Amino acid sequence: MERSFVAKNPSVLVFLAILSLFTLGVTVLSEGFGIGVISTSFVKTLGKTLCLCLIAVAMDLVWGFTGILSLGHFAFFGLGGYMIGMWLMYERTRLIVVESLSQADIPPTSAEVVDAIGTQIFGVVGSSEFPLIWAFSDSLFLQLALVVLVPGLLALIFGWLAFRSRVTGVYLSILTQAMTLALALYLFQNDSGMRGNNGLSGLQNLPGVTASQDLVSIWFLWASALALGLGYMLAAWIVAGKFGSVIRGIRDNEARVRFLGYSVENYKLAVFTLTACIAAIAGALYYPQAGIINPEEMAPIASIYLAVWVAIGGRGRLYGAVIGAAFVSLLSTWFTGGQAPDIPLGFYTIKWVDWWQVLLGVSFVLVTLFAPKGIGGLFDLWTNHRAPQRYGAPLGPDESALREMEALE
Amino acid sequence: MSTLLEVSGVSVTFDGFRAINNLSFQIGKAELRAVIGPNGAGKTTFMDIVTGKTRPDEGRVTWGEKSVSLLRMSEAKIAQAGIGRKFQKPTVFEDQTVQENLLMALKNKRGWLGVLFYRPSTDHLEKVEELAAEIGLYGELLRKSGELSHGQKQWLEIGMLLAQEPRLLLVDEPAAGMTSQEREHTTDLLVQAAKTRAVVVVEHDMEFVRRLNCRVTVLHEGSVLAEGSLDHVTSNQDVIDVYLGR
Repeated sequence: MERSFVAKNPSVLVFLAILSLFTLGVTVLSEGFGIGVISTSFVKTLGKTLCLCLIAVAMDLVWGFTGILSLGHFAFFGLGGYMIGMWLMYERTRLIVVESLSQADIPPTSAEVVDAIGTQIFGVVGSSEFPLIWAFSDSLFLQLALVVLVPGLLALIFGWLAFRSRVTGVYLSILTQAMTLALALYLFQNDSGMRGNNGLSGLQNLPGVTASQDLVSIWFLWASALALGLGYMLAAWIVAGKFGSVIRGIRDNEARVRFLGYSVENYKLAVFTLTACIAAIAGALYYPQAGIINPEEMAPIASIYLAVWVAIGGRGRLYGAVIGAAFVSLLSTWFTGGQAPDIPLGFYTIKWVDWWQVLLGVSFVLVTLFAPKGIGGLFDLWTNHRAPQRYGAPLGPDESALREMEALE
Repeated sequence: MSTLLEVSGVSVTFDGFRAINNLSFQIGKAELRAVIGPNGAGKTTFMDIVTGKTRPDEGRVTWGEKSVSLLRMSEAKIAQAGIGRKFQKPTVFEDQTVQENLLMALKNKRGWLGVLFYRPSTDHLEKVEELAAEIGLYGELLRKSGELSHGQKQWLEIGMLLAQEPRLLLVDEPAAGMTSQEREHTTDLLVQAAKTRAVVVVEHDMEFVRRLNCRVTVLHEGSVLAEGSLDHVTSNQDVIDVYLGR
């Protein structure tokens, strides 16, 4: 037991190596730093995919390991994006306003500058006043803190209420979905202070940075890769120890863990809040690459997609979540981007833009039914992880005892 | 002998059905007790009340030297106070190794932050190995517990209980589904455990109870029908009528 953390978890090292190679490869092939084989827009897609992988790791922690099927983690992701978006929008607008006002004969007062920024940002929803929630938007440091604090606090309060009342299973999923929907509907309102359905835009332009998007996209790719690497290591460290043992126990038999003397609610709350923070960080890196965030992004369907990625990749193993998110979201980009060839059937032509979701839905059902371990399960074949052969013999005389098929995992 | 657990005048009703009716029960610090009774006598509900899973409608449950009431404590707090419970079905964490199961049960800090930074010390690992040897699973430490046989799972669960170092052990039908050899081993473990702590065994099997050679409490329709040695209660006419006569 004296071996180091990495030695006990070789998959972490493999993962980090692949991630580094991937990042290096994209950099070399990019337009900004390399030979220009990969377009800047595709670099952004890859960078965004890394962020989606990070939130998938968070989802795997909360669902695959702790057994809480949260349909709210994209709300935390979106909130993280909004928090960083507020600063990006404020600061960039300020620079533009200061620039244009500097032409005037009389130098503008700071109140005039703030008013002009307000008009610029909120004119689209018929207002010019800064809502209270923008109070810290002039400070990068504070908004960065809010990226973690706002979703973290929301998760803490929501989780405390839900877990304390012992809401579990599908009821908890519905509750998280309701929270997500309520948040999205609130943000859709023009007077919510977040520009309603216009959302925040122009986020790809970093204030004060004159470098082209070719370079900026690579910076964000690096930042996303770094965040994913760190997030993965953190998650792997959490699940490797006794904490991981306890949360997997909670997933499998909550009451038993309670009778061992562990306060199940506190563990759930800790995992829920931590993963909300990870999701928020992923969102804060995602939306500057996407360029725009609006409440549509937080709609419950996004969180359901997240669950689908993790299920297809293989829940209960971290690399499975990463593979699932990367695989499905890149495939989705390919299919919905019109790159997939249409299939003419004579009487009907299958256009993938329309049929992709059907394909995704069907594969989700098939994976759930026939390959519950997901894509990650393929690694078991490769690493020769053999399940014990009991030739279908029951494990015990009691009817409750698991049979071979169930005990394999 | 001073009392460790005292249940007095407890009643609980589920949808109009009185599962426990004015039940009183006490057990000393180092005592082995068998609880028997027909189906629906309230044996499991009794355990649920003591472990905090079910809240009684009335009555008192007090614990330890200071007579702390258990009624306002959560399941986790009650377990931390020193009450361990073994379920009827073997409920071990099938997805985890025997070692992980035992480490999780081992008496230690239970807070999430402490557990997050916990790494097993040599001391704890040795303790786990000792326990595994005691329950005959030394060779299986690194196997997933889902692969174990039914009897081995029962033992693993007993091992987990011992690892918790509880002052009171509640054991629900430990001998169910065991071979006669495994039963003997289980009897020895329970008798041994009762030398240093209180053990309550709920059991259907009379042979097994006889081998435990201890005081017996007979439950019927949610209250105590008789209490005493096995011979004493089996000669009691009420007991014969409701239980043995069938």
